[in-house]
Formats: sequence, C-alpha cells, structure tokens
Amino acid sequence: MKRRLPWGAMARMTGRRALAAVPVLLAVTFAVFAVAEASPFDPVKAYAGTAGLTASQENLDQLRANLGVDRPLLTRWWEWLTSALTGDLGDSSVMRRPVADVIGERLGWSVLLAVTAFLVAIALGTLLGVLAGRRRGGLLDRTVSSAAYTLEAAPAFWLGLLAIWFFALRLGVLPAGGLTDTASDTVTFDQVARHLVLPALVLGVSQLPWFFLYVRQGVGDALDEDPVRGARARGLGERTVLTGHALRSGMLPMLTLVGSRVPELITGALLVETVFSWPGIAAATVQAATSVDFPLLAALTVLATAAVLLGNLLSDLLYGLADPRVGFDG
Amino acid sequence: MADPRTHRLRLWSSALVVGVVLLAVLLVPPLVQLDEQAVDLSRKLLPPSWAHPFGTDDLGRDLLLRCVYGLRISLLVGLVAALVATVVGTAVGAAAGALGGWTDRTLMRLVDAFSSVPHLLLGIFVVALFQPGVWPVIASVAVTHWLSTARIVRSEVLSLRTRPFVDAAVSGGASRWRVAVRHLLPAVLPQAGLAAVLMVPHAMWHESALSFLGLGLPSHQASLGNLVQTARSSLLAGDWWPTLFPGLLLIVPTLAIAGLAGAWRDRLNPRRRSELML
Repeated sequence: MKRRLPWGAMARMTGRRALAAVPVLLAVTFAVFAVAEASPFDPVKAYAGTAGLTASQENLDQLRANLGVDRPLLTRWWEWLTSALTGDLGDSSVMRRPVADVIGERLGWSVLLAVTAFLVAIALGTLLGVLAGRRRGGLLDRTVSSAAYTLEAAPAFWLGLLAIWFFALRLGVLPAGGLTDTASDTVTFDQVARHLVLPALVLGVSQLPWFFLYVRQGVGDALDEDPVRGARARGLGERTVLTGHALRSGMLPMLTLVGSRVPELITGALLVETVFSWPGIAAATVQAATSVDFPLLAALTVLATAAVLLGNLLSDLLYGLADPRVGFDG
Repeated sequence: MADPRTHRLRLWSSALVVGVVLLAVLLVPPLVQLDEQAVDLSRKLLPPSWAHPFGTDDLGRDLLLRCVYGLRISLLVGLVAALVATVVGTAVGAAAGALGGWTDRTLMRLVDAFSSVPHLLLGIFVVALFQPGVWPVIASVAVTHWLSTARIVRSEVLSLRTRPFVDAAVSGGASRWRVAVRHLLPAVLPQAGLAAVLMVPHAMWHESALSFLGLGLPSHQASLGNLVQTARSSLLAGDWWPTLFPGLLLIVPTLAIAGLAGAWRDRLNPRRRSELML
C-alpha cells in the first residue's frame, strides 16, 4: 500500500520551526557574548599572547581600540551577528585562520564519524534488542541488559582509551588515532577507513545502550500485542512475526527518535574525537576551549545548537510520518 | 519484570556498594596515615599486586589510595553540583507551575533554549572562559542540570494545583506564597529529591569529562577524570591499570546509586511500567 507523503504539512512545520529557531539562536549567541563579558577573559591579552605581558598600557589600549573590544556588549554582539550572516565568523587565534575555514575543513570529518557511529549503534542495537526482546528475562536478555546499563555508566573517553590499549597496542591491528598514518602526507580512502574504525566503534558503542534498550522494549511490548497474536494464530512463521510485525511496530518509534539524540552524539564526539585526535570540529572545540579561542568557541557553540534544533525537527517530521496520529502541528 | 528476589538482591548490593564507597571516602583520608601524593620512583608503574591492589602510577604513587581520594573529590563535586542544580530547578519549576501565565511561558522557553545547547559543550564554554577550577566546574554542571528538575517539579505542581487540599487552603484565605511554601513545595520534595539523587552520578560523569579534557579541576585536586587524563601517557606505553581502575570507580558507584534510586522511584510511582523512564 502506498501512501502519499504530506509534503505541505511537513513544509509548514519546517517553516514554523525555522521561525522558532531564530529567537533561540539569537538568545544563544547573545548569551555567549554575555558570559564572555562577565568572565575574567580578556580578548586583548588572548590576542597579544606572551607579547601582551611586556607591552605598554598604551599599546594595549591601542590594540583594544583596533580590535573593537572597548565598545559596549550590544554593539559587539550585533556586529558579530551581521558579519556572521555574511559568512565572516572572525579569526581563530589557536588555528591562526578564519573560523569559517576551520569549520568548513573539519565539518566533513565529524559528519563522517558521527554517521558511521550512528549506523554501528543502530545495527548492533537492533540486532541485540530483537534477540533480547524476544525472550525478556532470559539469560541473553539479562546479560546484554546488564552490559548495556554498565556501558551507559562508562565514560566514552575511558572506553576510547581502553580500546586504544587493546586494539592498537596489544593486538596492533588498528591505528591509535589521527586521520592518516604519520608518515603519509596524502589522504587516501584506505587510510581513512582504517583510522575511522576505532573512533566510530567507540562512539557507536557509547550510543548503543539507549538504542538497544528502546528496541528491546519496543519489540518486547509489540510481541504481547494483538496483531502479533493474530499473526501467530494464522500460523505465520516466527521469523515473519518477528520481522514483519514486532520489529516494524517496535522499531519505528525508535528510529524517529534518532534525531533527538544529537546532543548526546555531540557530547560523545567531543570526548571521542579528542581521545583519537580525529580532525573534526568537536576536537577543535576542545582545543578552542583549552586555549580560550573565543571566536572559534562561539561559532562552534552556535553551530552545535543549530544542529540540535535540526535534529529535533528531523525527529518530529519522521515521527509524524511513522505515526499519522501524531501529525505535524508542533 | 524482574522477580522479587533479584529485585531485593539488586537493592541490597546497591546499598552495600554505596555504603562501602561512603565509608571509604569519609574514613580513609582522616584515619589512614598514608600520603596519597608520596612519590617513590623505585616503585613506579608496578602492576596490581597484594601490596598495591590497583598498582602504582608513573610516579610510584599507590593507585588505590589515589582513586579513593579521586572518588572523594568527584563525589563531593557531584553532590554540591546536584544540590545547587536541584535548588535552582525546584525554584524555577515551582515558580512556573504555581504562577502560570506569562511567567510560566517565559521560564519554560528559557528551559527549552538551555536544553538546545549540548550540556558538555555548555560546560566546556563556561569553564574555558572562567578558567578551570572547582567553582567553575560546579557552576557549569549546575547550569546544565537544573532543566530536568524544573520540568519535573513544574508538572508535579500543575497536577497538585487541581487537588482539593489546595482549593481548601485557598478558600481558607491562604496567600499564594503560603500555598506554594506550605502545601505545594513539601508535596514535590520527594520527586525533586529523587531527581537530585539520580543527578549525582551524572554530575560526577560531567566533572570527570571536563577534568579529562583538561578543563576541570587542577591537578593537585586529582579527581577520577584527572587520574584518567594523567594515565594517558602510561597507557600509550602499554600499562593499562592506571586507566582502568579510575574508570571502574566511576561506573560502580553510578550503577549502585541508580539501583537505589530505582527502588525509591518504584515506591514513588508504583504504576510506572517502562523500565526506561527515569
């Protein structure tokens, strides 16, 4: 049976959400500037670096005026916002390059890592969730569920370090970090693929408990429902019942919620990219924070907020599609 | 659903772990006359043994002792942060629920805006600008963790407002303030307390992540996150124990606290069906 997609309603919801995102993003950018204003952080000293320690007060004042940081908070915020809309996000002091270039160069690697990790989590989570949900309370279910709760409590950076120790040092089968081999100066598919395995696995496994527990719950509940009982009564095979009935109704709500997992994914990426020296934007965020690189940090915070809002929208759109009762009113 | 025996077993083992952890972090530092900073290079990086159950680190310090001190600091930061976040969340949630109208809408929009920024990122941002240290870390954990408490308390207050005892108080002439403080607040405290307990492991996790990234506590106040961070160089040389044990000490109390809080939650909401809801 084919259903026509409600493009109109979906487009209207997207439009409404885009409008609602504007005040949120404005508030976040302003808060970023307000926090910086209230903090002991001094952009002039950050800009001047060690030279700032010996420079005269006159020079510092001159620099302050040149950088435009002696003006009021609102003016600076507005100026940053207007130039950000034209694509100019200022210069990163730690990377010594325009912020837009840094993001443009690194965003792709982060997306590659995040998508691979999500696929790992969905594939493993579905497989284990179905197996455990089929016989809840069984040995497999109890083992995997306890492992999932333990994994949920384990910090991703710790998992990453142990993975490096085991796979890179003990077995020596996978590289410990980076994007390419140290000796290499070109980026080849083969090298990237080998360097991607460990970070993607660790990030995926750190997201796994949630997927697993949802599929397990969904499949287990669906197996108790009338359609499944009806299918069994009609004499359908176990495999058909499981994949055609239980999995379908158990999985759909889970898949639609993937979009709302963006915050956890970003949190995981911040830690995993740092542990594996993956050249993505999450690792750049940590670098920007440790060296108090305000322009880069501000841009990345706003970018992450936009990603979360986009993820929420995606999740609501999919949910409306999967369950027509929900609709697109939000 | 788990049968009552496994249920009881889980409850008692959780209580036991929490008890041991509390005793260790409260009693070991004042009673045991050992210096956790004592450097002994002749004993550096010894693997786990009877003399040093967790092994020693790259400066020959006993890791069991360092882990107990680290857990003590992590637990303290987690407790304070959870307490601050709960107070803020309860105040905001109660105000939104009790006052309603514009206050409610504004406060809840604020909660939504705060939850659109990933928590660890917001924490990193705050700590980076205010320079790493105990108070910025506590503040950054608190600032990201009050949201869920505010939501829980608000919805509790909204449902309580329609109950007869509130109507009785209002018709008895009680002021808004009095209704909020004498009738609504005591009724939401169990839920807020549960949220606070569940928040402690989360706050500890948050603190260790910040410390691991070099944006947390200074190294002379080594928390579990700091211990993992400093163990990184030993790990790359092949010595696993300085990394393994601090992480385990983060996982085990987390599971135990969650086990205890789960039992408490079952008492508060006996009809809760899903095992996922916290």
